[in-house]
Amino acid sequence: MNLREQTKMQSPAEFDSDSKGPLASIQLLSGEPRRKLDARFRGLCVTIAAVSVLVLIGLLGSILLQGVPSLSLTLLTGGPEPDPSEAGIRPAIFGTLWVCSLCALFTLPIGVATAILLEEYQPRNRYGRFIYSVIQLNISNLAGVPSVVYGLLGLTAFVSMFGLFGSRTSQGGGLEIGVRYYDQFFSEGMRSILVPVSDPSQPVNKLVNGMQGFDSRGNQVAINVIPIGTPLPTGDELRYTLYEDGEAGRITKKAWYHFSLPLGRGVLTGALTLMLVILPVIIISSQEALRAVPSSLRDGALGLGSTPWQVVWHVTLPSAMPGILTGAILAMSRAIGETAPILIIAGIVYISRAPQNLMDDFTVMPLQIFNWISRPQEEFHAIAAAGIILLLAILLSFNALAVLIRQKLHKPLS
Amino acid sequence: MSDPTTLANEAAAIEPRPRDGRQTHFTHSREQTSEPTTLAIRVRDLNAWYGDFQALHAISLDIPANRVSALIGPSGCGKSTLLRWFNRMNDTIPSAHARGSVNLGDTDLLSRTTDVVDLRRRIGIVFQRPNPFPKSIFDNVAFGPRLHMKLSRTELQDVVEWALRKAAVWDEVKDRLASPALGLSGGQQQRLCIARAIAVGPEVLLMDEPCSALDPASTLAVEDLIFELRRQYTIVIVTHNMQQAARCSDQTAFFYEGRLIEVGATTTVFTKPKQQQTEDYVSGKFG
Repeated sequence: MNLREQTKMQSPAEFDSDSKGPLASIQLLSGEPRRKLDARFRGLCVTIAAVSVLVLIGLLGSILLQGVPSLSLTLLTGGPEPDPSEAGIRPAIFGTLWVCSLCALFTLPIGVATAILLEEYQPRNRYGRFIYSVIQLNISNLAGVPSVVYGLLGLTAFVSMFGLFGSRTSQGGGLEIGVRYYDQFFSEGMRSILVPVSDPSQPVNKLVNGMQGFDSRGNQVAINVIPIGTPLPTGDELRYTLYEDGEAGRITKKAWYHFSLPLGRGVLTGALTLMLVILPVIIISSQEALRAVPSSLRDGALGLGSTPWQVVWHVTLPSAMPGILTGAILAMSRAIGETAPILIIAGIVYISRAPQNLMDDFTVMPLQIFNWISRPQEEFHAIAAAGIILLLAILLSFNALAVLIRQKLHKPLS
Repeated sequence: MSDPTTLANEAAAIEPRPRDGRQTHFTHSREQTSEPTTLAIRVRDLNAWYGDFQALHAISLDIPANRVSALIGPSGCGKSTLLRWFNRMNDTIPSAHARGSVNLGDTDLLSRTTDVVDLRRRIGIVFQRPNPFPKSIFDNVAFGPRLHMKLSRTELQDVVEWALRKAAVWDEVKDRLASPALGLSGGQQQRLCIARAIAVGPEVLLMDEPCSALDPASTLAVEDLIFELRRQYTIVIVTHNMQQAARCSDQTAFFYEGRLIEVGATTTVFTKPKQQQTEDYVSGKFG
């Protein structure tokens, strides 16, 4: 007796093996209604897709119609002048570039690291798992919070830092990095002389004969101080000669990495606030990407004696990278277009130049566009449309770059 | 609540046993091996759980060195669970915990203080489905050595070639080491995974149904390989395929519902089993 026959013997014997059983008397459904429903559903999908494409075409078309005539070099190079023919968006372009690159710099490592922690380092005990589930729930909820709320959070947490570091207007107080204070004198020879200030909270330096300063080219010079009423020297010496009652103005020179607390309404604050907006999105999409990596790969790497970090670094992360980058692209696109939180942080102010350092005042393209659209003059509306075209161009080129990087990373190894 | 892996092996601690005291004699089904074998893995009174479900009941088992031990039994009988405790792969399952003792030489495999990373280098594992990394063939085999050894480029190449030869897949891949491993056939992929496991120099190779996803020809190739490899490695193989267990193992252990029913030389277990359940299973009455 072979195995097959034994199995048959053990199977329930209620039904005669040759009959169709209960299926004999049951009528099959006609295929016609099902096929009709299928066709209708397909029609519905095509219609919806067509409508959304048409709406997009309509939007782009109207923007192009309005904006293309105003596209000009002035728009790219000019500042937000009150005369529409001279107005440009250059400070806002640079503001957007600064804020978004800083934002990406902060968000990507933090977001991916958080996703790795949540997905790859899950705790074994139940308390740890409870804490993780609370964190997970929070992140999912934060992804749905309106961005204006993050703007308000940024205002208290970054701009004023809960008042912990006093007010930023008091110069020289608190922590400051990358900034130098100078007293600027004008010599009798009409040269500007800068005297470094060691303690910015003290008033302007007293003039002492022979004190060191810098001329406008940055060369060190000795200052020649003479009493009031003394005749001026002649020749080269005149350039660095001051009367002892010479008056100075305090100026600052800031490096690009200038940093001070509280953060104030600068580029850094804008980037950090946008980070809050997109961090949950990046975390969740990175988690999805990590989850999609088959666990057999993790097992394979673990089985060879990898530490959890080696598994992440050599196996999971490379496999998840395309998915993580896709999420990052979507999140960054959102950050570039985000207006409300930046409006709360930066406000609508007249910014005539690109940001020079991390603490510098800034504006971004959506804010500038919003500003122009809210003006009554028709000309500004046309410029706003041109600004939108530029914004879209920047957005799309960012996306193209990211897609390119993704293609590079995702070597076809299957 | 207790952390499982850790809770310790009181039995082992209290009751010192001579390590190489019990020597076992097995004959191989294909060729006679009469010399006595030494013990590789010693399991004593191992109980294992997934959450509240007890998967293993008081297992005591000796795995002889340089032999092929087959673990057989119907699905859900705990044989894979046992295998995955040998190299602590069960650590990845949060609810898994175990009590009892599993020793590899002097190393207590279940202790909290055992270095799992080093343990998994010493006890390699090959999984049911071939799972090459989405990297090149070379990088797959070089993955382990790169984790554990500091090698020059030529040394690494030597190790990779040696492992691929050992896994009997060198001739098929030597001309395309840089091409993706996922482009290989299922059988080649599985032998690549074996090469990958060998490349770190393990003492024991665990195989969790290594042929169940392969076609008959590839299965034969992998079985031949297993037979070849036992000269150098202790091999523990979990299989559903009884012919496979009969063909390529020296010792067979039959598990049923989390209990070890019978263990002995493969020929004995298949021809003169002591237990009725074993006889029913190996003759195909159930399972």
